[in-house]
Amino acid sequence: MSDFLQTRVGAALKDAALAAVITLLLASIMVGLRTKTEQGGLVIVGQWGLVAWMVGVVFVGRLAMSLLIWRGNNPVANAMNAMLPKQDTVSKIGKLVGPLLLLFAVTLPFYGNRYVIDMGILVLTYIMLGWGLNIVVGLAGLLDLGYVAFYAVGAYSYALFAQYFDLSFWVCLPLAGILAAFWGMILGFPVLRLRGDYLAIVTLAFGEIIRVVLLNWYEFTGGPDGISRIPRPSFFGLEFTRKNGFADFFGLDYSSMHRIIFLFYLILILALITNFVTMRLRKLPIGRAWEALREDEIACRSLGINTTNTKLTAFALGAMFGGFAGAFFATRQGFISPESFTFMESAIILAIVVLGGLGSQLGVVIASLVMIGGFEVFRDLEDLRMLVFGLLMVGIMIWKPRGIVSSRAPSVFLKEKKSVSGDLVAEGEG
Amino acid sequence: MSDILLSLKGVKTYYGKIVALRGIDLDVHRGEIVTVIGANGAGKSTTMMTICGVTRAREGQIIYDGENITTLPTHQIVKKAIAQSPEGRRIFGRMTVLENLQMGAAVIDYAHFEEDLRMVYDLFPILEKRQSQRGGTLSGGEQQMLAIGRALMARPKLLMLDEPSLGLAPLVVKQIFEVVKELNEKQGLTVFLVEQNAYHALRLAHRGYVMINGQITMSGGGKELLSNPEVQAAYLEGGRH
Repeated sequence: MSDFLQTRVGAALKDAALAAVITLLLASIMVGLRTKTEQGGLVIVGQWGLVAWMVGVVFVGRLAMSLLIWRGNNPVANAMNAMLPKQDTVSKIGKLVGPLLLLFAVTLPFYGNRYVIDMGILVLTYIMLGWGLNIVVGLAGLLDLGYVAFYAVGAYSYALFAQYFDLSFWVCLPLAGILAAFWGMILGFPVLRLRGDYLAIVTLAFGEIIRVVLLNWYEFTGGPDGISRIPRPSFFGLEFTRKNGFADFFGLDYSSMHRIIFLFYLILILALITNFVTMRLRKLPIGRAWEALREDEIACRSLGINTTNTKLTAFALGAMFGGFAGAFFATRQGFISPESFTFMESAIILAIVVLGGLGSQLGVVIASLVMIGGFEVFRDLEDLRMLVFGLLMVGIMIWKPRGIVSSRAPSVFLKEKKSVSGDLVAEGEG
Repeated sequence: MSDILLSLKGVKTYYGKIVALRGIDLDVHRGEIVTVIGANGAGKSTTMMTICGVTRAREGQIIYDGENITTLPTHQIVKKAIAQSPEGRRIFGRMTVLENLQMGAAVIDYAHFEEDLRMVYDLFPILEKRQSQRGGTLSGGEQQMLAIGRALMARPKLLMLDEPSLGLAPLVVKQIFEVVKELNEKQGLTVFLVEQNAYHALRLAHRGYVMINGQITMSGGGKELLSNPEVQAAYLEGGRH
């Protein structure tokens, strides 16, 4: 018997049995006994069938995990690894994925129906937010859990400017970005000395403060009622209306799709601008300083980099793109309320950046498609949706612990091009 | 222009209420290699960090090139051509060797970048071979070379090295110290070296200071200190390092 326990299968069985026992102990109290209202008061009902199911699932699941996933030298896991493409092939495919996705996005309105284009707008909004947050978290390494605050600032800036001063979307868009960047700096100053967990907590609080202020400043923001009838954007002064609008000017038949398609291209362009600016900045001294700051702050200072300015620019730029996305969100929805800017949003955007691979632009795109798109695709599964979603995230983190796109392309080359795989560097480094 | 490049006058540094430096006086002349040796916790690294303004001197003055830099922010001090290879090397692990070197030149214009890069690659040929590798994948010795190379990219007048021999094989230490000597002799670079490896440091340096418990207790020529019985007993005991 003890010999058997030494083997892999034996050890896995023992491990699974232990997990099953723990499940039994926990579940028999928490699930096994249930109170029920009957005539004459509460009665206790047993649910032992359910407990047995849970114990069984944990046993089988744990056994499968330790045989197939956790241990290295076993046939099944090795076979699965062999099926995965090699790093070289992946980076070759990776070069094609970006342009193909862009082509797909540009042509989508020509064959997509309204639902697909609406989905596209949603995914692109998150891609833009992901790219914006990528500057702060991915490049500069400043963990920001309150990014949604800047999204909210952008959205409310546009909504309020439109409401009080009757300004158009195109005037408000830059204003929303500037205001969000300004709030980014306001957040930046007090957290300059913080890093890691401490920074995360303060940014989390900041996100909540903005939301709570929006919720309670009833006279100005409308509080929980939100702001409705936010004006729609115009196409160089042409409204998307039935009479004397975009359709009449170009001699087209009026269709409500025109505005949807216009919004789609608008967010596509905004997102591409975000990407372009980030990619350019990465090759400039400020972008390199962000990345160096992520690696080692003390080394940065000893090299004469002004870490204060570097952090503030990262916060401000990231916030600015969040603000643009917010203004877009407001004009697309036509109605905003503090409900749209909860911590959950920050968490989703951060999850997109982390799952995509910190600092990777393409990773953000893939992660947004998977997360936001997948979330919609599994809508039919009702209750199971969150479960599938959670399993997906756990799966990605098991197989690709540094995110979907983990290799980092160097920003400077002299002779040869060569990207180094993320697998060569331990997790948590940098 | 005086002969003294860097001078500390009665510098006192505290960590909270704890005294780290109890009034340091030291001078570094142009074209000199000056070393500070001492045991762990003597305040060697604090001295260096105080010069750079990472920790602040609460009393005393730091004069560099005739200018009081005591209260300048770190990045402005570094702009005055004081380059530093910090303790523990602190290279950027996820960035390539070339990018690391480029970060070194961040404080000056990139006008001399290619030229300076050539100079660093000539000093440490291994870095050229490794230039597109991630910094984190280099060996300890290579990382130290990279840290020194990165500091040199800023075209310093004063190069400050904090324990370059830390955790390295004796042969690599020798190689690195030879490069420092070459830099000093050929380019006339002034070097301020903080070391625990007293034997190597004192053999290399023109002058040395011995630091105990936040104070300088002895100073003199490198060879002179090396043959001093007290220094030998305290720092060179147990043979040559």
